Amino acid sequence: MNRAGRISLVAGAMAALSLALLLLGLAIGSTGFEPVRLGGSDPVAWQIVWDIRLPRTVGAWMAGMLLGLGGALAQGLFRNPLADPYLLGSASGATLGVSLLLVLIGAVPAAGTLGLRLGMTGAAFVGAVLAVLITLAMARGVQQTLRLLLAGVVVSMVLGAAASLVVLWVPDIMRAMQAFMLGSTAFLGWPAVAVMAGALLLSLVPAVVLSRALDALTLGEASAASLGLAMPWVRAALIAALALATGAAVAQVGLVAFIGLVAPHLVRALVKSTHGALVLLASLMGGLLLLAADVLARWLLAPQELPVGVLTALLGGGYLLWLMNRGSR
Amino acid sequence: MKRWLGLLLLLVAAVPCAMAAAEVVDDRGQRSRWADPPQRIVSLLPSVTESVCALGACDRLVGVDDYSNWPPQAKALPHVGGLEDANVERIVALRPQVVLLSRSARVSERLEALGLRVLAFEPDSLADLQRVLAQLGVLLGREAQAQALWREMNDGVERAAAKLPPAARGLRVYFEVASTPYAASESSFIGQLLARLGAANVVPGALGPFPKLNPEFVVKANPQLIMLGDRNTVPLATRPGWQGIDAIRRERICVFTPAQGDVLVRPGPRMPEAAQLMADCLARKSAGEGAAR
Repeated sequence: MNRAGRISLVAGAMAALSLALLLLGLAIGSTGFEPVRLGGSDPVAWQIVWDIRLPRTVGAWMAGMLLGLGGALAQGLFRNPLADPYLLGSASGATLGVSLLLVLIGAVPAAGTLGLRLGMTGAAFVGAVLAVLITLAMARGVQQTLRLLLAGVVVSMVLGAAASLVVLWVPDIMRAMQAFMLGSTAFLGWPAVAVMAGALLLSLVPAVVLSRALDALTLGEASAASLGLAMPWVRAALIAALALATGAAVAQVGLVAFIGLVAPHLVRALVKSTHGALVLLASLMGGLLLLAADVLARWLLAPQELPVGVLTALLGGGYLLWLMNRGSR
Repeated sequence: MKRWLGLLLLLVAAVPCAMAAAEVVDDRGQRSRWADPPQRIVSLLPSVTESVCALGACDRLVGVDDYSNWPPQAKALPHVGGLEDANVERIVALRPQVVLLSRSARVSERLEALGLRVLAFEPDSLADLQRVLAQLGVLLGREAQAQALWREMNDGVERAAAKLPPAARGLRVYFEVASTPYAASESSFIGQLLARLGAANVVPGALGPFPKLNPEFVVKANPQLIMLGDRNTVPLATRPGWQGIDAIRRERICVFTPAQGDVLVRPGPRMPEAAQLMADCLARKSAGEGAAR
């Protein structure tokens, strides 16, 4: 089979699996299959299926796609297979944003109403975007990959430490912070899905359009420039797409581990492709992974639930390890 | 004429009654009106569960969080997860008219978006506890009971304090909430109960209700008595420098069981029981000291 055929086959299979899991996601939950059977006859059952299970399932899929896309972009931009979408500091920025918001809500009831209007998702998104901006400022723009990488690591460390400090000072917020750091798809509603769909569209378009630059980058910075690509602008656009995708996902589902790192690797193991197909396939793969993890999280211990972040780390990490060992043989 | 006046009086008296939708102010400062006391309640805070039950409304609870284990009636109710991993689907399926939770709970945004009414209560001090009980009384239509309960709780604390021998008063106490170490300061409800038992807290209220301390601080403060839960099992004497602390040298340490810990750290109707636990500890340890002398 030729390469294009194989790519469409993999994409089709992933889409079909995602659809099946989406349907499964509607039927699984702490109240079992009952709400689906009752359907429209009972308003609460209706609400459980359409306003809780469906947005949560679709939301998990979207967040996974955002993270998969972020992972493919980060690994392409930094020419590093270990790069993950949180590399520019967005994760620790989001963590700090959430911890500050929680302190604000706890400390000043009047400020609490303002905080509630912004919400945890708003605070996380603002934190993530600010962190990326600080990283860019420290790296003096987007030109030097190594500088950018280092700045990202430093910003992650410093903001992470600041968040830990806040938690240490106000231990009341410890449990809420822990829940955020584990990642959860349990609180996704329709507005969250709409926000993520918008972010996905906004970041997927430049990623696909500019994917040739990522292909050129695999040959090295100098070669990419010599191919006549306006690298500064291309790079800035791709980093903006990466920041938007990651920020939107982190804000809605917290720190879900491993999806962004694993999704591009899994795609590469299945099919060899250029970055144009890779960013699309990695998005689909990320969506599939988080969707599967979300369904499993609801099903394994039902009627209780596992934090989805724990599952993704366990499954994603385990699978990657197996893949590496299989490859080395 | 007289009859008309009577009718008028009746009207004047009846109108406010009919309109008297109860107004509740929660800890986020949000006002809400309740035409009738809610009959289906979900509580996500163990202390609030206990308060609701103490106000005689245990039968109106339809679901509680995983940690609500008292009274036994509450233990038998459907459990809907913890505060931070509350199960939205199960809560909605229980069709509650109100969900009681804490200020910072992330689930509150989601529940409100789904059209449920939410009230946040999070007492830190005794004054907070009094206010929360009063608001719960308004919500449940049990204002008189709430006042009576608060009086009863205070009388219980007074009784525990009155029975204390003079030797047990004025001890400098360190109450450890978690071994990191986090302490209960003078401004927490635990600290305020200790103060009413005549004990001196080595952790000043200015540090906040439950501050994280440097272990050195405790060494310098040199408490005469240490109270802690048995989950904090790191042997105290093995902490660097702690073997010199007065309480450790004289073995004046009270270790509470998890069940006792629940009573102590939940600001709720079992406050007299909490005071009695601390009073017993103060009496026991000061008496042992007297005998040793």
